[in-house]
Amino acid sequence: MDTVNNEINTAFFPSKKRGADLKGNIVIGITQVAVFLIIAVLFVILGIIIYQGRERFSWEFISTFPTNGMTEGGIFPALIGTFILVIVMSIAAVPFGTITAIYLTEYAKENSKFAAAVRFSVRTLAVVPSIIFGLFGLGFFIQFVGGGVDKVFNAGELHWGQPNILWASLTMALLTLPVIIVSVEEALKTIPRELREASLALGATKWQTIKQVVLPGSVSGIMTGTILAVSRGAGEVAPILFTGAAYYLATLPASMSDQFMNLGYHIYIMSTQSSDVEKTMPIQFATTLVLLILTLSLNLVAVIIRSRIRRRAK
Amino acid sequence: MNPQFPKNPSFTKETLKKQFRLSEFLAEKIISSVAFLSIAIIFLIFIFVFKESLPLFSFGDKVKETTEIQAAQSDKAESYGAPAEDLAPETYGAEVVSNEDLQPESYGAPTEDLEPETYGDATEDLSVGSAEETPVVASENKEGADRTWSTFVSTEWVPVSDNPRFGLIALLIGTLKVTIISMLIAGPIAILAAIYTSCFASKRVKEIIKPIIEMLAAFPSVVIGFFALMVLATFFQDIFGYGSRLNAFIGGVAMALAAIPIIYTISEDALSAIPKTFTEASLALGASKAQTAFLVILPAATPGIFAALLLGVGRVFGETMIALMATGNAALLSANPFESVRTFAATIGSEMAETVFGETHYSVLFFIGSLLFIFSFGLNAIAEFYVKGKLIKKFQGK
Repeated sequence: MDTVNNEINTAFFPSKKRGADLKGNIVIGITQVAVFLIIAVLFVILGIIIYQGRERFSWEFISTFPTNGMTEGGIFPALIGTFILVIVMSIAAVPFGTITAIYLTEYAKENSKFAAAVRFSVRTLAVVPSIIFGLFGLGFFIQFVGGGVDKVFNAGELHWGQPNILWASLTMALLTLPVIIVSVEEALKTIPRELREASLALGATKWQTIKQVVLPGSVSGIMTGTILAVSRGAGEVAPILFTGAAYYLATLPASMSDQFMNLGYHIYIMSTQSSDVEKTMPIQFATTLVLLILTLSLNLVAVIIRSRIRRRAK
Repeated sequence: MNPQFPKNPSFTKETLKKQFRLSEFLAEKIISSVAFLSIAIIFLIFIFVFKESLPLFSFGDKVKETTEIQAAQSDKAESYGAPAEDLAPETYGAEVVSNEDLQPESYGAPTEDLEPETYGDATEDLSVGSAEETPVVASENKEGADRTWSTFVSTEWVPVSDNPRFGLIALLIGTLKVTIISMLIAGPIAILAAIYTSCFASKRVKEIIKPIIEMLAAFPSVVIGFFALMVLATFFQDIFGYGSRLNAFIGGVAMALAAIPIIYTISEDALSAIPKTFTEASLALGASKAQTAFLVILPAATPGIFAALLLGVGRVFGETMIALMATGNAALLSANPFESVRTFAATIGSEMAETVFGETHYSVLFFIGSLLFIFSFGLNAIAEFYVKGKLIKKFQGK
């Protein structure tokens, strides 16, 4: 399109070459600078964290417990805590997210007020500050649900009514729900209408069509959503600040009612409340590097799967 | 699997009628009710975050939230009008002499003698409030019950002391300062980058640039905060030579990094959504590419870019980890961008773990949370309805 325009330009207005438009070129240059600036900053951040973090980054660092009052040793429990968190979170969020997406693409009528409200809620969930989810987790899961369970089953003894990994994971699940819904919805939309119609024409019911035709075709979309959600959940700290993350634990969480260590929270604690910030600097950078590798590689995988889905749609 | 066909398929009204199938019916109902969950979550978030701040509204029974907010606002207004001496803590001390025993509860003093159990639910706290109110004359009543409200408009944030003051003004100014700084940085850069990507870049360049910039969105905010704390703070201090290493400016720069991908992505979408005919018409009239981008496409996409900025503001306003790590967390009242600030979200993040369930400080933090929630909800609603409405009108040529 653009090349055609240029050809027309040069063909009909030979005097007005593109190079002659100095003012326009300056303007374009400025926008180019903005792009360059963002990309440069991104690579500077990456570069500095890799450069500073590579020193401590090793298998040993990943697989050992912190020692000596968290001034030495590795990040094993934080890594495991993060893994448990995202796994429980996915178990909770993926089914709900997928079903909501199925509703929005398959069942919702064109002008349905209810569907519009669902969509609006999903988008609102996506923009609610993450700290609000933390407050909600504290008020709802810990005090209302957990406290209620304790009152009924444990005779008021505090067991579930305090921060633990289950409540943190569920809080995180709410935060990542919109990510999953949006990804799955996008994938469901790429499944050709003809496939659905063929299935219905053969006598399959709507639910059979969804189960046999639509869902198998959108597995990659569900995967993308899950991966993106995991990437997001692994990096968020604000929602777990007071729903379950712990400063230091000598053991791995053994049950769902235990607290846990978390990579992001570890970075936050080490860089702001450590006894010796200067000394632990290499550990902090290495931890940040681990977290960044985790989130960025997950994101990369999601982007690759997603671009495949999009190609299929074309 | 194999649906049962009638033996002699005769297409009468009878056979063509949609059969009632229980499994189908249940599937649809279950799926819609799961979808309803996301609506329910929004309500639950509001209810539960707001519920914990209810003890602040000690004069209100279980009235609707909206009326409570209105009442709260009117109370705020009242305390504005009241002379400052009236609000001084001494007055309250005198007032409470009549019922000494209630003092710790009613002041929410952060001392250890508070037992969380007593605060089990809002109603209990309300009864405390009303018991305290009874001896006082009705007109003073409100003011007495709302000493916390009166401190909201003060400029000091001293939540943990014998005489706690919850000066939201200081926090508000801190939050606004950081938001403005970061939007001044992120807005222009992100929008210019979006213009380049959608109007000037070739298709191949576009396919490289877009994922890279969107990768910035995958950076966890704790990583950006850490980078600001460790690298940016020192870097900018060497350049500007200001006193406090962590300040509103550093926080603003770091949050700009978080806001850029959001603003960029939404603006780029808005710019790309402008019909090709606009560009073609403009170019056909002899306008240059730059003129077309800035005088035709950009104005047409204004509502979308406005929405992008709104959502960027929402992100920055509620950003917690970057604020916690990079802004210095001192609730100072100054216009200097190189002074430490404390934002709403950072206050919740740093203080919630240390409060005792049910005390005033705890309720105030939840109240701040509900303010943040209402704010982000409102921003999203505006971005959604107002902007979309405008866009649709624009393309219909009205």
